[in-house]
Amino acid sequence: MSSTTLGASSAHRTQPPLLVAGPLAWMRANLFNSWLSTAVTLALIYILARAGIGFVDWAFINAVWSVPISAQGVIDPTDCRNIKGVGACWAVIGDKWRFILFGRYPFDEQWRAGVCIALFIALFVVSAMRRFWRKELALIWIGTLFVIGVLMWGGVLGMNFVPHDTWGGLPMTLILATFGLALAFPLAVFVALGRRATTLPAVRYLCIVYIELVRGVPLISVLFMASVMFPLFMPVGLNPDKLLRAQLGIILFGAAYLAEVIRGGLQALPKGQYEAADALGLTYWQKMRLIILPQALRMVIPPMVNNFIGSFKDTSLVLIIGIFDLLTAAKVALAEPAWQGYSTEVYLVLAVIYFIFCYSMSRYSRGLEAEFGRSVRR
Amino acid sequence: MSQAVATDRPPAISLDKVNKWFGALHVLRDVTLNVAHGERVVVCGPSGSGKSTLIRCINRLESHQEGRIVVDGTELTDDLRALDTIRREVGMVFQSFNLFPHLTILENCSLAPIWVRKMPKDEAEALAMEFLTRVKIPEQAKKYPGQLSGGQQQRVAIARALCMRPKIMLFDEPTSALDPEMIKEVLDVMIELANSGMTMVCVTHEMGFARQVADRVVFMDRGEIVESGTPHEMFETPQTDRLKLFLSQILRGH
Ligand SMILES: Nc1ncnc2c1ncn2[C@@H]1O[C@H](COP(=O)(O)OP(=O)(O)OP(=O)(O)O)[C@@H](O)[C@H]1O
Ligand SMILES: [Mg+2]
Repeated sequence: MSSTTLGASSAHRTQPPLLVAGPLAWMRANLFNSWLSTAVTLALIYILARAGIGFVDWAFINAVWSVPISAQGVIDPTDCRNIKGVGACWAVIGDKWRFILFGRYPFDEQWRAGVCIALFIALFVVSAMRRFWRKELALIWIGTLFVIGVLMWGGVLGMNFVPHDTWGGLPMTLILATFGLALAFPLAVFVALGRRATTLPAVRYLCIVYIELVRGVPLISVLFMASVMFPLFMPVGLNPDKLLRAQLGIILFGAAYLAEVIRGGLQALPKGQYEAADALGLTYWQKMRLIILPQALRMVIPPMVNNFIGSFKDTSLVLIIGIFDLLTAAKVALAEPAWQGYSTEVYLVLAVIYFIFCYSMSRYSRGLEAEFGRSVRR
Repeated sequence: MSQAVATDRPPAISLDKVNKWFGALHVLRDVTLNVAHGERVVVCGPSGSGKSTLIRCINRLESHQEGRIVVDGTELTDDLRALDTIRREVGMVFQSFNLFPHLTILENCSLAPIWVRKMPKDEAEALAMEFLTRVKIPEQAKKYPGQLSGGQQQRVAIARALCMRPKIMLFDEPTSALDPEMIKEVLDVMIELANSGMTMVCVTHEMGFARQVADRVVFMDRGEIVESGTPHEMFETPQTDRLKLFLSQILRGH
């Protein structure tokens, strides 16, 4: 209301006095406010410093970055053997990174899978920007996913056909996660609404049974069921592909959890919002689309992103049914005799890749939350 | 005061021996009430007497279990088409405003005309501005509800309901969530609306408002209509002990 007067009066002291705020004051207040906390702080600093120095020694100072390869292409990992336990052997990454990233995708065609990774990331970045939140975004998604399909499969435009049981690595993880999230989300919205549809008891019980069934079993068993048991029930010849079945399992699994989160948002919304929409004569779907869901979904962004992060990492469980995702590719790479025993280095790299994706989601949701918080409270 | 009331036409709202239970709780007992077109009815009564339930039955935010409710010639049943018709004709203003916090004031007001009346967007926005001007806050159109005072929000809520051009307006204690200094600005809007000939059913304890605009005051207690009459009859010569007790409590409260 009176931002001008506020601005004028605060212009005199834009900087808080020293030692009331600022890092020094913060440290004094939180880390050194008594001799006990000073002792704990110093002990922790010592432990962290030791661990940090140890890690730097291992990862950088003593590390082996490459090993000689003979003219016949035989790797000689003797250097790595000699420093095992003292230094990291990054040579394994240098030798195997393309296999880890792309799995068994034909070596000469791997640029296609690489372009797909870039396309996925571009798609995420574009979707994250609010200025692209328009109807056209759905078209962008369909278009991009189509291009990704064409690139991965090939068989047109002079690209060799690559059957999808040879896909693998990061593109596979991104495919499983992206379709998993993109299709689980709308399904979850419908299930959450169905679960609250008191006037349609059949729909309601169906949704409850679905949610409770899925929540009652671990994802591993859903995947096993999808890959081993499901084909037993299907007539011969009508047997959807293993990857498709695993993808369906991931979607159905993720949607059940997401539905419960969304239901929480629907319940948290004041009853008055539903009543005001009803009193204005909006239909059920208008009420949900225009009034209820926009508010309910904003409310549950943090737990939803929490779910997204969880299901992103859960895609790695397809390892157990032999789908070649990032984790499977890494495991297979490590099975090579020359590189046995260097799993730490490989898993560290995998952890960094997963961390980049998950942490970006987390940061993004925090930003979104703040932005929505502003627009509602304003 | 009741010269504008059309008594020759069928009533705008007609409740005939309406009964409603919440579980085992009998909240409306044989309620019979007719409201003529253009009539202004004020409903009062102690807390929990069923006033809100009564007016929420009129636009079927609550459903009744026995009896008949006919609104503007349409009987309220489980039929969805009847429900659609009623909700277009009946506007409602709530105690807690219930504006949509994620939409601007203008969007709050133009939403229902656009989606329910299928009005083009610019036409709906012009209409919204017209009613926002009538409730004297056109300058707030681009703001969000959270930026407005309670009194302003309630005036927006009235404008939002009026944008559907309803024949009947229901008010459920529209001023009781407001600070005293804001009550008048809302009551002024309601008085102006009453003077324009709108059919109104209003739950309120604002006796001054009742005296000034009501054609009839209805007193409810424990789910029954105990007494009804002109404001003058009701406040000067109450017949039942329950109304006398209620009035003495209200007056002491002021
Ligand atoms: N949804 C509901 N479920 C169960 N009981 C309810 C419900 N709504 C209202 N009641 C009960 O019905 C009775 C009448 O409620 P109502 O809200 O109509 O009273 P009121 O006259 O509007 O009271 P107040 O002045 O406090 O608003 C009360 O005893 C209340 O507790
Ligand atoms: Mg009430």
